Amino acid sequence: MNEPLPKLLPKDFATDQEVRWCPGCGDYAILRGVQKALADIGARPETTVFISGIGCSSRFPYYMATYGFHTIHGRAPSFATGIKLVNPKLDVWIVTGDGDGLSIGGNHLLHVLRRNVDVQILLFNNEIYGLTKGQYSPTSKIGTRSPSTPMGSVDAPLSPCSFALGAGARFIARSIDTAQKQLPDLLARAHAHKGASFVEIYQNCIVYNDGVFEAFTDKALAADSQIWVEHGKPMLYGKDGKKGLRLKPGTLELEVVAVGENGVSPSDILVHDETNKTLAHLLINLERPKFPAVLGVIYCNPAAEYEEAVEAQMEAARTAKSGASLEKVLKSGRTWVVE
Amino acid sequence: MNVIAAVPHDREMRELESVVVRFAGDSGDGMQLTGSQFTVATALEGSDLATFPDFPAEIRAPVGTTYGVSAFQINFGSSRVLTAGDAPDVLVAMNPAALKVNIGDLRAGGLLVVDTGSFNERNFQKAGYEANPLTDNSLAAYQVLSIDMSAMTLEAVKSFELSQKEALRCKNMWTLGLTLWMFGRPRQPIVEWLKAKFAKRPDIAEANIAALNAGHAYGETAELSGQVKRYAIGKASLEPGLYRTVTGGQALAWGLVAASELAKLPIFFGSYPITPASPVLHHLASMKEFGVMTFQAEDEIAAICSAIGASYAGALGVTSSSGPGIALKGEAIGLAIATELPLVILNTQRAGPSTGLPTKTEQSDLYQAVYGRNGDAPMPVLAAATPADCFNMAIEAARLAVKYMTPVMLLSDGYIANAAEPWKLPDLKSLKPFPVTFRTEKEGFHPFLRDPKTLARVWAVPGTPGLQHRIGGIERNYDSGHISYDAANHQRMTETRRNKVLGIANDIPLQTTESGNSSGKLAVVGWGSTYGAIEQAVRRARKDGLDVSHIHLRYIWPLPRNLGELLRGFEKVIVPEMNTGQLLTVLRSEYLVPAQGLNKISGQPFKIADILAAIHQTLGA
Repeated sequence: MNEPLPKLLPKDFATDQEVRWCPGCGDYAILRGVQKALADIGARPETTVFISGIGCSSRFPYYMATYGFHTIHGRAPSFATGIKLVNPKLDVWIVTGDGDGLSIGGNHLLHVLRRNVDVQILLFNNEIYGLTKGQYSPTSKIGTRSPSTPMGSVDAPLSPCSFALGAGARFIARSIDTAQKQLPDLLARAHAHKGASFVEIYQNCIVYNDGVFEAFTDKALAADSQIWVEHGKPMLYGKDGKKGLRLKPGTLELEVVAVGENGVSPSDILVHDETNKTLAHLLINLERPKFPAVLGVIYCNPAAEYEEAVEAQMEAARTAKSGASLEKVLKSGRTWVVE
Repeated sequence: MNVIAAVPHDREMRELESVVVRFAGDSGDGMQLTGSQFTVATALEGSDLATFPDFPAEIRAPVGTTYGVSAFQINFGSSRVLTAGDAPDVLVAMNPAALKVNIGDLRAGGLLVVDTGSFNERNFQKAGYEANPLTDNSLAAYQVLSIDMSAMTLEAVKSFELSQKEALRCKNMWTLGLTLWMFGRPRQPIVEWLKAKFAKRPDIAEANIAALNAGHAYGETAELSGQVKRYAIGKASLEPGLYRTVTGGQALAWGLVAASELAKLPIFFGSYPITPASPVLHHLASMKEFGVMTFQAEDEIAAICSAIGASYAGALGVTSSSGPGIALKGEAIGLAIATELPLVILNTQRAGPSTGLPTKTEQSDLYQAVYGRNGDAPMPVLAAATPADCFNMAIEAARLAVKYMTPVMLLSDGYIANAAEPWKLPDLKSLKPFPVTFRTEKEGFHPFLRDPKTLARVWAVPGTPGLQHRIGGIERNYDSGHISYDAANHQRMTETRRNKVLGIANDIPLQTTESGNSSGKLAVVGWGSTYGAIEQAVRRARKDGLDVSHIHLRYIWPLPRNLGELLRGFEKVIVPEMNTGQLLTVLRSEYLVPAQGLNKISGQPFKIADILAAIHQTLGA
């Protein structure tokens, strides 16, 4: 019998490389959360691969004592797809940002989700371009002033989770960089999910967009402006746990209510069903500050993964054409002998 | 090559050395099928041959228009045939537009066969004829055989009660039957093929066979009124062995499968459909039993990136495209060069720039292949000379990629991809294996440890315990592989990447001449699909007593190490290319030789006569 593998600690997933994000960057917290998650789930460094594109977030692989590939801008999902198809046993994580994943790499993110390749995609959303020094991004709010939009941006922002749902993602979750209590568990859920899992992490860029999420991440405000949804549990939040979400009677939209007020009873509060796509759609599109930031596993509804289907065809071909040889292929069709 | 003469009909067949036949019709007329089946019948009779399919970019261009004309040319003979032929001896024109587009190429005195069934006012207009060209004496230079093939076909298949549309679709088989009769080729292989192709529609199969037989019978029963003779093309004296016909697309696919077995690595083929490169994807997609995984990516960039990911994970990554797609892959090629991962990049060139002429051939991606990336990004570049040569060159590209841990680009082109030639099947057992060893030893490991001789870095794949490492596009430290912004290190790494690729010159064959002496008055230097035209032209010139040699490059970068010396042994050098002088520039800059270009950028291959004329002109003979 093999010796049981030694239990690894978060620090065992850290490299000796100096981490070069700006002091106070939200990425540090995410790095800690990921390293803890890997230790928690018993990941093995030799079968774990981090793939990234370009941007601040994409430096991530250099700091993980696993296999890592820092690739080109926006294309990490394509590299990851090739890797998973060749070796489905590898545990592949994609680290991307709102620029890398949704601007230059939007196409690949779309397709890795629709194909349902078994990877974890961590999209660090800071609503700004950090590495290129502060231009607005596709998730920046209208009116964002930046070096490239001195009068404010005029194009509507994209909701990453809404994009993922539209692309056919079967696992969608949202977190905050500093949510050290919840983040490792959320990542563990993403890891356990078979198929592509998409995790949007609100990440504070301390230099170019500091405080953009403060309205719901500030400790004093968090309880009344965040809701962590959990499958099978009523969607309640707030300091006293009395605020909740319910279907507005007679409509197909959600509303914030307070239990005990205006005749609202606990049974009126909607119970989270993470397998319900319609509910996921409603939750993802709730707008702050009218609604709380919806965090946690919003949607989880597994389906067949891509690499298994591909491998099944390979296996079927091998079975159907056992005894095939290149020589036979060359001699197939019409041949003739010259004497 | 006097083929056709208006002599009284007799049953004897006249012996000919070689003949060029072109089938031309509407893109819906099935001319490519007619041509390829005629090719099969010809090959089975032991002739040497070369073909040239020439079709429009539109899948179904408006019927009857000149831009919807599709043609297939075959040159076959009892002596060595290396090109699809300069000018057709026989032109089959299925409609006025096909006549209009192709008649200029038919040699004077050649035979023109037309389907009068489609020669009507409406089609004259569409083709831009003001009057019926069959009656206005404009075809006086040719032997014209006017047959209402449409009516004959309808008559032949009447008993099958097909729709008018389905019945007329058999017309190409009627034409094929007549042509087979003309050249004494057997019908049986076509009959078998039809039965297999239409296994689920036996009525269609039988109708096509009936049309084929009717066309053949039409020739045989002397209804041709003595206008046409039959011609016998003897067997070519090819090297003994088992043969088949092969296109460049097939040979690339099979070469990659052979390479996979020789390297003991599975092939991962990431590709995005593009003309004229897609046939390789199609062939490989049906070869899964060989461990070949094909991935139709969302775009060209994803195609190459998935292939690089596959190589990183321990497969042989391959991607394939044509010029515009290769342009999109440029950044990723740079990453493969920087991270020193093996990758085979197939470029089936077409006429550019931009979309250019997607179905027409050109060799204008040589600069792109050798120089077309940001930064100092050296990459080996190979070029196949013929359809069959694609098999060997695909293996060679894979060998260099894994041995030197580098992307390698293999150039083909639209002509090679679609043209067919007889191929003596290789003895697969004689191919030299090049099995790959992955790094597993932990002691002293870092990802950029190099083989001191080849300068190739170690290949350590994810999943290997203890070898966890990070690679990426940021410059890497020579001694650790960690990211490094150090100036001296960047100089050292850049020089190392250059020297690694240049060192491949010691691992490839010395350059020899295809024909002629290794020094003398004139060298004609070519690469890629101009091979046949140059070789035939040089042979003819040498027969005429001219001192000329043919040098054909299969290694474009690095160039063979003796090439400079070889070129300097000639008083003059001409470089025929289907571009404005790309290899020419490389040769002049590398060797300071006063080479001259001969350039054709019409989307059509060189004719032997084009090159022969240039040889004569250069030598003042």
